[in-house]
Amino acid sequence: MAGKIPESYGENPQRRVRERWVRAFERSAPGRLTLGIGRAIARRFRSVHWNSWAFVAPALLLIGFFLVYPTVMTVIRSFFGRGTTLFGPNVEFVGLTNWKYVFTNEIMLTSLRNNALWAVLFTACTVGFGLTLAVMLDRVKYEKIAKSIIFIPAAISMVGASIIWKFIYAYKPAHLDQIGLLNGIVVALGGEPLGWLIERPWINNFCLIVVGVWIWTGFCMIIFSAAYKNIPRALLEAARIDGASEWRVFRNVILPLLGPTAGVVATTMVVQVLKVFDIVYVMTNGNYSTEVIANRMYKEMFNYNNYGRASAIAVVLLLLIVPFMIVNIRRFVSQEGAR
Amino acid sequence: MRKVLTILSVLALVSLAGFAQMKYVTVMHGWPGEQAPAFQKIVAAFEEENPDITIIVEVVGRDRPALLATRLAQGNPPDLTPHPWIGTMKQWADAGQIVDLTGLVDTSDINPALVPIGEYDGGLYGLFIFPNVKSLVWYNPKEFAANGYNVPTTWEGLQAVSEQIIAGGGVPWSIGLESGAASGWPGTDWIEDIILRTAGADFYDQWVAHEVPWTDPRVKDAFEVFGDLFANNYVLGGATGALTTNFGDAADPLFLDPPAAYMQKQATFINGFITDHFPNLVAGEDYAIFPLPGIEDDATPDGSIPLLVSGDVVTVFNNRPEVIKFAQFLTSEAAANIWSSELGELSAYVDADPAQFSNPITRQAQEMLLNATVSRFDGSDLMPGEVGAGSFWSGILDYVSGIDLDTVLENIEASAQDAY
Repeated sequence: MAGKIPESYGENPQRRVRERWVRAFERSAPGRLTLGIGRAIARRFRSVHWNSWAFVAPALLLIGFFLVYPTVMTVIRSFFGRGTTLFGPNVEFVGLTNWKYVFTNEIMLTSLRNNALWAVLFTACTVGFGLTLAVMLDRVKYEKIAKSIIFIPAAISMVGASIIWKFIYAYKPAHLDQIGLLNGIVVALGGEPLGWLIERPWINNFCLIVVGVWIWTGFCMIIFSAAYKNIPRALLEAARIDGASEWRVFRNVILPLLGPTAGVVATTMVVQVLKVFDIVYVMTNGNYSTEVIANRMYKEMFNYNNYGRASAIAVVLLLLIVPFMIVNIRRFVSQEGAR
Repeated sequence: MRKVLTILSVLALVSLAGFAQMKYVTVMHGWPGEQAPAFQKIVAAFEEENPDITIIVEVVGRDRPALLATRLAQGNPPDLTPHPWIGTMKQWADAGQIVDLTGLVDTSDINPALVPIGEYDGGLYGLFIFPNVKSLVWYNPKEFAANGYNVPTTWEGLQAVSEQIIAGGGVPWSIGLESGAASGWPGTDWIEDIILRTAGADFYDQWVAHEVPWTDPRVKDAFEVFGDLFANNYVLGGATGALTTNFGDAADPLFLDPPAAYMQKQATFINGFITDHFPNLVAGEDYAIFPLPGIEDDATPDGSIPLLVSGDVVTVFNNRPEVIKFAQFLTSEAAANIWSSELGELSAYVDADPAQFSNPITRQAQEMLLNATVSRFDGSDLMPGEVGAGSFWSGILDYVSGIDLDTVLENIEASAQDAY
């Protein structure tokens, strides 16, 4: 409709014009097709909560693009060879070669062993110490100060903590002055200094795990403390009146009630420790049998330019973590359902 | 409102026009320590000559290979970077990610012996700028004189001096292998120097190109010569001391009172570290160098001492006129002179006159560089990253910490077969 707008269109001629265009479109063939499809879709999704989906859609799209898509690409890339591009002229299909490397190469087996060691020791120590500290500090006068001091390491970056502990473990030959705190104490007590980060295979791994425990115990303690304070005092009083010793009270009343919390904390810690990287990278860079999976993945990818192997290692890491995520989510869902 | 908008847009256009006049060159280098201010001076000198070009400098530490890999994958690498990794440079050239500088840059200012190091597959990919001589033993001349030790010129002489030092109650060598994520690289320099002196430069070339396996008896012998230092207790702190001492601190025991060690093998750049830790020491009097003596007489055709060198080459990622101009400037006499006078380091300039250096150590090293008949570039920098920056480094650490040598060499050989 070109040309002058008729006078009869009255007050809001632009709106009237738009309405006439829309009605004309609705009557035409493509218009009827579009409307028909639209109504069919609306019927199909009649019971869908459009509001809820509208709220969640942006987050889902972001996660889908930045998490799901790279994960799928990584799995695919792990079947291809060395190279620094996703796909390209230099990258060839190698099937299971990278996977074979991950499970048979000596260094990879050492890494898997170390990760298992970390998982067991680190989780046991952080959860154990966190629980013990939470229960014991509750009865102490300067509880808040003590808890703050124990929690401070959680505020330091992993790299910063690793550098601090690198100095603590420092070694100088016996006849020179020791600058490392640990060797200083050992020498003061009359012993010989030791290269703590060099002694393989157990001492240096334990030393690294100590650093991790030092950082994360405060976090576990805080969570346990909150859960502990939720236990009704009446229960504990009742147990004490019935003649139970403190240990019996702890074992038979407190522990069972803190069970669910312990489960959550433990699975969180395991997921944390399976991806440990900073501590190992800064302190020993995986040398002297301290290698871990995440560090191996970093080296393969950036130092050796072998994206295929790095992808295979990344997928292994993912597969190790998934069971714990499933446990965590299941527990969360059942807790929500029980409310 | 309209007036404000007009004025703002005019201002924007004017500043954009000014922006467009200014050309930018991004440089990424990995000299976080004493060398960074010297490089800044070079940048300042270039900007003075070319006021329309601004150089943006990024300083990165030991993780530069990782950073460059990600930036290349993203498609925005720095315009140029000086680096010592010839092996990686070849990989970049194969992938077409760097600029072939043949015909774009005039290499007449660079020492002709050093130019071929940056060449690969018929193209010029790296401009050699700041050389380092690695086959140097640093020592304290005052202590040597006080104890009656002679500067050795043969390997037997070196062993004799070591025995003398032990008899006097001291420890001959200070070795520092620790270097964060790059730990082990000083040990690779030892092995390379020893191979040049026992098996010769031709074998060295074959070894670097993996034409001979790592399990070859001559490679094993070289490792054992290095291991003998530890076996004879010649090293300060033994294996643990070497593994936990940072390479930058390894020269310090020479200057303690009384000295904890008497000799350290390291490249020319350690000069900056020594002056940084002990500002009052005088080059030539308090610390001096002698070349690591030859071992086998027939290792070189003329019986001279082979020289292990390394250095940085400039690689260009983006071909723009201002980038090429800055790359050309880095090879010039002016840049080389700034670097040498600031840091006491060597010059790659073809007409470098050793007499111009005020630092006697630099003079001596420059003469060695100019006069050497047999010289080779650092092997671990020439090898692909998986070996030269991976299994070779960790192999040294494993061997020094006591792992069986055959196992170590087999591990390196296995990764080399993958990598080459």
